[in-house]
Amino acid sequence: MKLARLVALLALVLTLGPAILFAAGVLSDAAMKHTMLVGTLLWFIAAPRWLHGGTA
Amino acid sequence: MADASTTATTEVNEYERERVPNHALKGPSSFWGMYAGEHTAGTEFMLGPLFIAWGASAVDVIVGLLLGNILAVLTWRYLTTPIATDLRMTLYYKLEKICGRKLVSLYNLANGVLFCFLAGAMVTVSATAVGVPFPGVQMPTFTDTMPTGLAWCIVVLILGAIQTVVAVRGYSFVARVGHLAAPWMFLVFVACGLSTLPKLASLEPSKIWTGVALNGQASIGFVGIVLFSWLCNAAMHLGMSDLSIFRYARKNSSGWAAAAGMFLGHYVAWICASLLFALELQQRGADASNAPGPMVFSATGWAGLICVVIAGWTTANPTIYRAGLAFQGVLPAISRNTGTIIAGTVATIAGLFPAFAMKLLDFVGIYGTVLAPVGAIIVVDHYFARRLNLTSNWAERTGSPFNVAALLAWVLPVAVFFYLYKQYNIFASYMTVPVWIACGILYIVFSKLFLRNPAPVAVAS
Repeated sequence: MKLARLVALLALVLTLGPAILFAAGVLSDAAMKHTMLVGTLLWFIAAPRWLHGGTA
Repeated sequence: MADASTTATTEVNEYERERVPNHALKGPSSFWGMYAGEHTAGTEFMLGPLFIAWGASAVDVIVGLLLGNILAVLTWRYLTTPIATDLRMTLYYKLEKICGRKLVSLYNLANGVLFCFLAGAMVTVSATAVGVPFPGVQMPTFTDTMPTGLAWCIVVLILGAIQTVVAVRGYSFVARVGHLAAPWMFLVFVACGLSTLPKLASLEPSKIWTGVALNGQASIGFVGIVLFSWLCNAAMHLGMSDLSIFRYARKNSSGWAAAAGMFLGHYVAWICASLLFALELQQRGADASNAPGPMVFSATGWAGLICVVIAGWTTANPTIYRAGLAFQGVLPAISRNTGTIIAGTVATIAGLFPAFAMKLLDFVGIYGTVLAPVGAIIVVDHYFARRLNLTSNWAERTGSPFNVAALLAWVLPVAVFFYLYKQYNIFASYMTVPVWIACGILYIVFSKLFLRNPAPVAVAS
């Protein structure tokens, strides 16, 4: 559960963080999109375990 | 916009014909999460761009939305929640007590039909995302009201069919996906907004929200934005549909939870969606399309595309489910599955026509103006029946299935609204509050005229 929570939170960082870095001119457009996709996949892997399948 | 999942969760099926008992009451945290998730829906991708298309200025959007959302939260907190915690029953049960079973069926029919069109708009939103990988699918633009081609129809029909089957078979799964996706979905909305910033030709607010309506589009100003953001969920707060939610609230302060939905979904998400379209407009000029799929894909890639599909899917599904329940309420002989299939079919057909999504500002205003007035009847019954010597819960006390005073009080102002809307093209949200007030006043007048039996005694609900 702890690991799932950690991964889910990391996933949220990977979802929003790249857009912030892109807006700041630190990250390229392609890198932002790829990282966001990784964040998305991680979220849907970890969040169901963390949030009890969406019933929490 | 809120989806209908709030009324379609398993919670609503509990205590549907009784007061919620004390042991089932909930603290505020349950409501904050619920509102945050349910007001960040697929339709937000449509509404943000429409503000630009309708020529809203930066002040209109930034200050107007702020003010309108504050009004919406205050309405939930000080009108809906106190009644909900006093009565602790669903809107439908309270309406049945006042108006009678047959009139509630009429309300259900109106509710069901409007839900179908709303679900249709959500199917349209999802289809713009699913169609992105297929170059043959022509995306609709502001001016499109009819299907854009065979490929578009195929995508919509497949999506609509899947959503209907899921609504029939696996509703709870979709509700769970919706709850799981909510935090991530909101961040994708924010990411969409942020990722457009370096691409915009100018970050000057007046270059983003120019204050000039696009060709052929209606216009909206500060007052329109305030009223729209206040009243786009009028059916839920003024119309008391959210009695079904807040009847579980331990304290009235839970009503503040609506702020989560308003300021995350109807403020941040709308502004971010606006930025997407501002970029599209700057890059493509007259050829700009507000189809959410391509705009979001261009901004955030596949993550954004997944977000549009899930946002549309998780909001269309409960809406179809809820419409099915409403139809079943009208025709008790049909099964819930049949009701859902009818609703899904109507929603899918509506989804073929981009008109419902492209005219969402209008449609949402109509939706609120038609459904909200019944809330005024509840307010009169709850707060003024004793003072004005009216019979509270008239239908229950008389055993009547039909309260003619309530019918006339609801239908007459709504009919006047439709006349003004058609004749003078008045923006629907301008009329919501006047129609609501007129309905309340007329209910008092008609109660005095038509509801003389039994002796006017206000009873505790």
